[in-house]
Amino acid sequence: MAHASVENIVVMGDAVRELIGDEWMKRVEDLYEAVLTGDQSTAVEVTRQALEAEFDPRSLIDDAMIPAMDEVGRRFEEEEYFVPELLLSARAMKSALELITPRLSESAATRKGCIVIGTVGGDLHDIGKNLVGAMFEGAGFEVVDLGSDVSPEDFVAAIEAEGATLVGLSALLTVTMPSMKATIDAIEAAGLRDQVKVLVGGAPLSTDYATAIKADAYADNATAAVRVAQALTRA
Amino acid sequence: MPMSLIDELVAKGPVLLDGAWGTELQARGLAVGEVPDYWNLAHPDRVEGVARAYVEAGSDIILTNTFRANAIALANHPDVSKLDQVNTAGVEISKRAAGGRARVFASIGPTGKLLLMRQVDEASLRTTFEQQARALAAGGADAIVVETMADLEEARLAIEAARATGLPVVACMVFDSGKKKDRTMMGVTPEQAAEALSLAGADVIGANCGNGIDGYIPVCSRMASATDRPIWIKANAGLPTLEGLETVYRTTPDDFASHLDELIDAGARFIGGCCGTNPTFIEALRKRLDA
Repeated sequence: MAHASVENIVVMGDAVRELIGDEWMKRVEDLYEAVLTGDQSTAVEVTRQALEAEFDPRSLIDDAMIPAMDEVGRRFEEEEYFVPELLLSARAMKSALELITPRLSESAATRKGCIVIGTVGGDLHDIGKNLVGAMFEGAGFEVVDLGSDVSPEDFVAAIEAEGATLVGLSALLTVTMPSMKATIDAIEAAGLRDQVKVLVGGAPLSTDYATAIKADAYADNATAAVRVAQALTRA
Repeated sequence: MPMSLIDELVAKGPVLLDGAWGTELQARGLAVGEVPDYWNLAHPDRVEGVARAYVEAGSDIILTNTFRANAIALANHPDVSKLDQVNTAGVEISKRAAGGRARVFASIGPTGKLLLMRQVDEASLRTTFEQQARALAAGGADAIVVETMADLEEARLAIEAARATGLPVVACMVFDSGKKKDRTMMGVTPEQAAEALSLAGADVIGANCGNGIDGYIPVCSRMASATDRPIWIKANAGLPTLEGLETVYRTTPDDFASHLDELIDAGARFIGGCCGTNPTFIEALRKRLDA
């Protein structure tokens, strides 16, 4: 991980604390804690105060919010956190991010890119897909959510219109999994396959299935989806 | 005081439920993406065929093809205004198939929207479940089953709506998360579910879908330890595995039935199947219960 996490800063000790300033440390620690515990109002309040005191907005993201969401993701994967905790943290992160984004330069704000997400044709289940959307928003991506029961044509149209670089396909039912393959085939046929990385997810899926239908990756939960997407777009 | 329906059923020994409906309807021509519940109006004969197959396999209780027939889950469906007829017809179809040989417990499933994400609010959940419960009661259901719930708050609202009809209420949740698959998606444990569903006034509580029958044995005993209500378990035919591009459930009817005694020992009083099961599974359970 390129950025320093709060734990690292704490370990660095008093010398660093003096160098960076106690007040900055306190803000970063408070924001980290607020995102980790899903405390939306504290996250917003700490961010507002930090911005008023002219702290570097970029460092609030890199040193507090991203490490906090990494820890949320770890706890979710370790099954110490469940969906409610995940949602509360994502919401706290999103609200704080909304204050910070206008302060960032255009390039920094849009550098993460755009992901088009949807539940594939024939499938009405959207809870998993919505969670994925919330986690991507929390991570600073632009998210275009097409909803559920989305046809291959609508995915293709949205990828073109939004200039998306990522697409996330969700399916909960074994019987609608073939719609995923149909969607990927349609993206290919439209000549957009090189423009987007395709992520797939949903209860009945697996890496083997993702490989079989020529998706770029499978993620088995919402935080893993963000991590996988970041790895794919960095590559 | 006359014995309640639930007490009467429990007194006779383990009660046999039905198995999956969706795959049975697909075998009768339901298309991928088509909402099964509307077949109650479009193809009542085929729906009755599924119900009758379970009655003939030996089910003491059959459910109804109304799992998704609520106004939130089907809000975008063109025929959303016909939901009352869909629900009432669903009960009538199952009753015709039962012909007095089985009881009909009407199914209410989740809305698919999360309160916590503010996709839906309490008031609209309440109104929606009340509407569905009323239509199911009007069809003549013997009881209402609130099933496959992941969120306790949504389950509680559905139980209250079902209780308002005066019918007995079964409430069960889906435990498919966590390392041991002993949590719901929202992190609810079997003990928490048992306590909260009992407190909300359900007459029978339990678990369905999400887990194989062996996986539901520990969930069942943990629920039993936290409530005095009888326990209801409808398990899947194992966990799905991938074969090429096909997803299949590998547990056979005999494998499934081989866990029956353990499940009863763990406290289950109402037992049936969910995804991946069919009338052959129910026959295998019947055979073992009668042996």
